[in-house]
Amino acid sequence: MKKQKSTAVVPKRKMSFKVYMKKYWQLYVMLFFPLLYLAIFKYAPMSYIQIAFKKFKINRSIWEMPWADNHGFKYFIDAFSNPDFLEALRNTILLNLLDLVIGFSIPIIFALILNELVFKRFKRVVQTVAYMPHFLSWVIIYGLALQMFAPSNGLVNLFLNKIGMETVHFLDDPILWIFTYIFLGIWQSFGWNSIVYLAAIAGINPELYEAAEVDGAGRWRKIWHVTLPGIKSTIIILLIMNLGNILGSGFDRPFALQNNLVMDVAEVLSTFVYKNGILGLKFSLTTAIGFFQSIVCVFFLLSANWISRKMGERGIW
Amino acid sequence: MKSGLKKLKVADWVFVFVCIIISAICLLPMLNLLARSLSSTEALIKREVTLWPKGWNLDSYKMVLTDMKYIWSFIWTTILTVICTFVSLAMTTLCAYPMIFENLKGRKVMNVLITITMFFNAGAIPNYLLLQKLHLLDNPLVLIIPSCLSVYNMIIMRSFFYGIPDSIREAAQIDGASHFSILWRIYIPLSKPVFATLALFYAVGRWNGYSDALMYLSVKKDEFYPLQLFLYNILNSVNSVDVAAQEGFSSPGLSESLKAAIVMFSTIPILCIYPWLQKYFIHGVTLGGVKE
Repeated sequence: MKKQKSTAVVPKRKMSFKVYMKKYWQLYVMLFFPLLYLAIFKYAPMSYIQIAFKKFKINRSIWEMPWADNHGFKYFIDAFSNPDFLEALRNTILLNLLDLVIGFSIPIIFALILNELVFKRFKRVVQTVAYMPHFLSWVIIYGLALQMFAPSNGLVNLFLNKIGMETVHFLDDPILWIFTYIFLGIWQSFGWNSIVYLAAIAGINPELYEAAEVDGAGRWRKIWHVTLPGIKSTIIILLIMNLGNILGSGFDRPFALQNNLVMDVAEVLSTFVYKNGILGLKFSLTTAIGFFQSIVCVFFLLSANWISRKMGERGIW
Repeated sequence: MKSGLKKLKVADWVFVFVCIIISAICLLPMLNLLARSLSSTEALIKREVTLWPKGWNLDSYKMVLTDMKYIWSFIWTTILTVICTFVSLAMTTLCAYPMIFENLKGRKVMNVLITITMFFNAGAIPNYLLLQKLHLLDNPLVLIIPSCLSVYNMIIMRSFFYGIPDSIREAAQIDGASHFSILWRIYIPLSKPVFATLALFYAVGRWNGYSDALMYLSVKKDEFYPLQLFLYNILNSVNSVDVAAQEGFSSPGLSESLKAAIVMFSTIPILCIYPWLQKYFIHGVTLGGVKE
């Protein structure tokens, strides 16, 4: 009774639960499957992280497995005293850093060049061609690389021999393999990554260019003083995302490109976990490594985001 | 146009030149591959093949097209890609539409829960053990279900939905339309560009993916291997001749141009589709960067 009275007096701002559900129940029905998916395939696996702290027993549920030695941290200690893991860790960081140092600026430069092109149709063709590698799988890129860099009759070595150089083993020599890996990564993604910068450039207020022209700025000054500041925040956001991913490495690219001759530099954390966990059945050790990777990733993201906010830029959230 | 051409400076031509070089670097490997796949083995061994086929022969393509294992893998991957794309689009839509209602109860909590999954992943082994528990290992469904919703793509779709004026929706609601019919009759028809983009993303992801099959399907189930894993096994065998023979490609002499033909043939579907969707996906990639 009381409730009814109050709703009669107060102007109807808040819907009653019944009215609300009548209006919105369908939305909850829609959300059922997506939320179920997230619960099962994203959140349920998180309960398995405790395996990192426990002795894995195949016939017991994860909640009943005994804790590992050293207060549960045995497998983390094992990992960091395992030379193979340390090597994979080093390789991951090295390859990601090289990707960042060599590859990060290329899409930006490419977007700036595209933006300066006068012929619009030509620009569109160049874009289509540059996006193409992004749509190739890493297995196919590996296949392309095998053919292009084949020591006996690959295109690159035919060319090198023609100009009088020795045959180069791009995929067999560890140091050269690193650069081939980086090159193929850039080749695959520079065009695609330039899209974001092109969009940011398109969003710059044209009046700024006109004002710069009035002040007598030429092409280069306009790029330096208008375009680059205009896409600065986009650059910083992507830099944050990349830094956050310094320990993460996709699986497809390193796994497709590595071979036994270069494993010293090609084994990264994701492939190490696959080989030792799924193939080698060391579940506790590899779960610990995966957990370490995720924690570092979140830590890097949060700190990069915090730093960029301190510098007065907008963060990613 | 002529007066325009006169105004061009040296720098403009330098940019054009640089772009031509860049395009050449993107295209050369494909052209080389095509040439190799159409060349005779003698020409390949004699190091004569660069960008134009020498000793024209179509045998490798004939062999690819008559190899039942390859054909089956191709068809199976096509079916898989189509199913995955539809399931994923449905899931993405069902997740994106409710999230645009500001006053939906629990929306903030759900938003946080969804966003967390973008940045924190349990890791490969917990995922593997879970799938084992669900009896999805060695089951072809493992190629569809675990990857049927990408939060990143959901955010792209939601950003697009935000752009559709609320007034359209409210008018339909006053006319008594249910949310399902609003979604089906108004939102989906208005969102063709974003659907085209995400369909491309999901289809490419499935067509190009091989790691899930590698991890979750054992060799006894190799009839369910998607094309890329099949291809990986052919390319990565130590002695390609042996495997070519095992896989049914019985004439060993052809292996070099045969490999090229297999790789070439496996890229064709995507290379035929993506240029037509370019104006859509450029828009889609940009939407992903929009914050709420």
